[in-house]
Amino acid sequence: MSHHIVAVKNLRHVYPDGTAALRGVSFRITHGESVAVIGANGAGKSTLLLHLNGYLAPTGGEIQIGDFPLNKGTLPQIRRSVGMVFQDPDDQLFMPTVYDDVAFGPLNLGLVGDDLDRCVTDALDRVGAKHLIEKAPYNLSGGEKRRVAIATVLSMSPDILVMDEPTNGLDPYSRRQLIALLREFHHTRIFTSHDLDMVLELCERTIVLKEGEVRADGPTREIFQDEALLAECRLEKPLSMQGCPVCGKRG
Amino acid sequence: MASIDGALLDFQRLDRLAAGNTMLHRLDPRAKVLATLVFIVCVISFGRYQLSPLIPFFIFPAVLIGTADLPAGYLARKVLLVCPFALAVGIFNPIFDTELLLHLGPLGVSGGWVSCLSIVVRAALTVSAALVLVAVTGFPAICRALEQLGMPNAFAVQLIFLYRYIFVLTEEGGRAARARKLRAFGHKGLGMSSYSSLIGSLLLRTWQRAERVHMAMLARGFSGVFPTRQQFRFGRAEFLYLSGWSILFLILRFNNVTAFLGSLITGQFP
Amino acid sequence: MHMADALLSPAVGGGMWAASAGTIAYCSAKVRQGLDDRKVPLMGVLGAFLFAAQMINFSIPGTGSSGHLGGGLLLAILLGPHAAFLTIASVLVVQALFFADGGLLALGCNIFNMGFFPAFVIYPLVYRKFIGSNPSRARQTWVTVLCAILGLQLGPVSVVLETVASGIAALPFNTFLLLMLPIHLAIGVIEGLVTLAVVSFVRQARPDILQVQPEVQTAGGNPVRRVLLAFSLVALLTGGIVSAFASKDPDGLEWAILRITGKTELKAPPAGLHRSLAQLQEKVAILPDYGFRNSAAKTAAPQQEPQSRRFNAGTSVAGVLGGLVTLLLAFLTGFLLKKRNPRKAYGIH
Repeated sequence: MSHHIVAVKNLRHVYPDGTAALRGVSFRITHGESVAVIGANGAGKSTLLLHLNGYLAPTGGEIQIGDFPLNKGTLPQIRRSVGMVFQDPDDQLFMPTVYDDVAFGPLNLGLVGDDLDRCVTDALDRVGAKHLIEKAPYNLSGGEKRRVAIATVLSMSPDILVMDEPTNGLDPYSRRQLIALLREFHHTRIFTSHDLDMVLELCERTIVLKEGEVRADGPTREIFQDEALLAECRLEKPLSMQGCPVCGKRG
Repeated sequence: MASIDGALLDFQRLDRLAAGNTMLHRLDPRAKVLATLVFIVCVISFGRYQLSPLIPFFIFPAVLIGTADLPAGYLARKVLLVCPFALAVGIFNPIFDTELLLHLGPLGVSGGWVSCLSIVVRAALTVSAALVLVAVTGFPAICRALEQLGMPNAFAVQLIFLYRYIFVLTEEGGRAARARKLRAFGHKGLGMSSYSSLIGSLLLRTWQRAERVHMAMLARGFSGVFPTRQQFRFGRAEFLYLSGWSILFLILRFNNVTAFLGSLITGQFP
Repeated sequence: MHMADALLSPAVGGGMWAASAGTIAYCSAKVRQGLDDRKVPLMGVLGAFLFAAQMINFSIPGTGSSGHLGGGLLLAILLGPHAAFLTIASVLVVQALFFADGGLLALGCNIFNMGFFPAFVIYPLVYRKFIGSNPSRARQTWVTVLCAILGLQLGPVSVVLETVASGIAALPFNTFLLLMLPIHLAIGVIEGLVTLAVVSFVRQARPDILQVQPEVQTAGGNPVRRVLLAFSLVALLTGGIVSAFASKDPDGLEWAILRITGKTELKAPPAGLHRSLAQLQEKVAILPDYGFRNSAAKTAAPQQEPQSRRFNAGTSVAGVLGGLVTLLLAFLTGFLLKKRNPRKAYGIH
């Protein structure tokens, strides 16, 4: 099925102040894949993500989401099929109640009345946040906000889920819950993260960015075993692959 | 910073009261907003020297607080602390208006004092009505009610956004202010230049946040017009509420119930 | 400077509400038309920023009191008149509802006093005219401070007019003006300096934010605006003259004026509060045909106030008793109703 493919060809992006954030990035992600994009701060991860739903326009190269090449005319369809969850949930939850936030997307798509209600409750159900439906965002904990933020995107039934640093700032329990939740999704999933243990658990494929270019693209396990590569890109092995801290000190 | 954190907590508390589930809370917000407006107009329509006819109007906030089970002490404290401007101006009435108006036995009371007290009572009434309105309706519902009563959508959207981000911004501002206070050893640090820099950087971060929120809105299909959901219905209960209170207010406005009660009582004693 | 319901009459309150509502409608339409949908989150978030900024204080050197940013001029510079007006109005709505700053009916007055003048008078007619493009430091300073001062004189003049026209307070027009204007002059200077500092900060870091707003109308088209401008200038001028002729202050005002202007003595005509004020009135008779109820009341001669004859010796005792009983009854009703409610958990009680 072609309509869930994310194809990026030679993507270039230069910011107005002259910084070249992306220098020719190419990859192809197929339906149902779960891919992590990792790299040092400033490597271009967030910039890449912002291209995927058309918020930023490429300086060069092209992007294809499903059947549609990314351009001004196809933006509405692309924004419907690519659901993006940002780093700071407060930027994403901009309505006074959870219901309003989750309903914002479908309302813009034209859903009203009972259909809308059902859409909202279904989305909240899937993230386990149905009980928060009438709450105000500022009353939610960090983990709850993240789950609701995901629901705001799920309510639009996207084909592709893109998340920027999903476990950032979560306490261990909330983090565990979120990972369990994300494992259940069957969408194409693209994450950026510094949480390499989460990447190990959730993503079978990893793309490593270095200074705006793709440095490596392959199975997660292989990449995490290449210590030289990781060091070059200012990364480390995930903690779960680093060996026991107690035994390690003994020998 | 004591003032910013305290104000925030206060804000949140009043806001949370609106999440209650009494019969009063469930009424359509339009009825509540309109009833409050009729109340305020009646109260302030009294002449300058009218004091006793104002007093029965306390029945409105009293009944509402009782029915909605609101914390009376908390609201009373808020009422006592407010309207400094009204009182600051009103306190001049006894200075400028010294003509004696009434006599309580041997004591002569000037018109200025009567009107000053009238101002105090008006302040208490109007402020408590406003607070009770927020406590039983909630800010988003008030905005929706006003929109249905004719307020432009762009302004309603502005109010809702403002309300949503007040907490975020006051927390951010509070953190920045606290950091500044901790590094200010003595008064020099809390002067105008550090304030301007603090505010300036808060402003820039705010601007960036607005750009990110805009991103999020676009990502979910925002096209310039804000959809609002219809939720409430104006039914019989609302009609009874609004007309009942309005009729009462009009009766109280044009009849001096206080004097009537007073003469009843004094009539008992020969 | 927030006007309160308790000082307002329905006529004045209603009138100002109509003026504010009309302006809100006009601005909403304008903001909608302007195709920049970035404004929507920007206005909301900047309003919240203003809210937060007003809760942080700085100490004013030499006075020992503290101040904070008012923000009207700053918003006009950042957002342009129409968006700024809506933002200021929204902040005032929240303040009125949650902090009882001013009242619900007085909102109409407050939105007009604190929104209209900075956004539609000062910013387009004064700031934009004089700031030019790429202004020098000196120019920035005097233009910003001047605008802040003007804005913070027009607002209080409005408040005074509204209060006096309502007739609930007994403060005479001239005295009230004398109280308000000098204090707000000082506040205006400070506001100007703080606004200047913040704008400079922003200009250095992100000059793109301060780009000229396209929808600003230049003066000349709107006759209403012209009248308003003329009126406000006259009021300003008169206020200035009044301040210059100020008599030795009665005790209540002395501390305020002392602290702000630092002068211990102003000109001292013959002592006696009423007499000096009477002289003031004669010297500077502004709008003598307005017939404010106060101007007649102030001279200690007996006069016929329409409602003053309502109370007489007999009913006044009854009135007081009746008042107490009524109050008691009202509170008792509320109390009983409350008791009927099952104990609900509201969180903090």
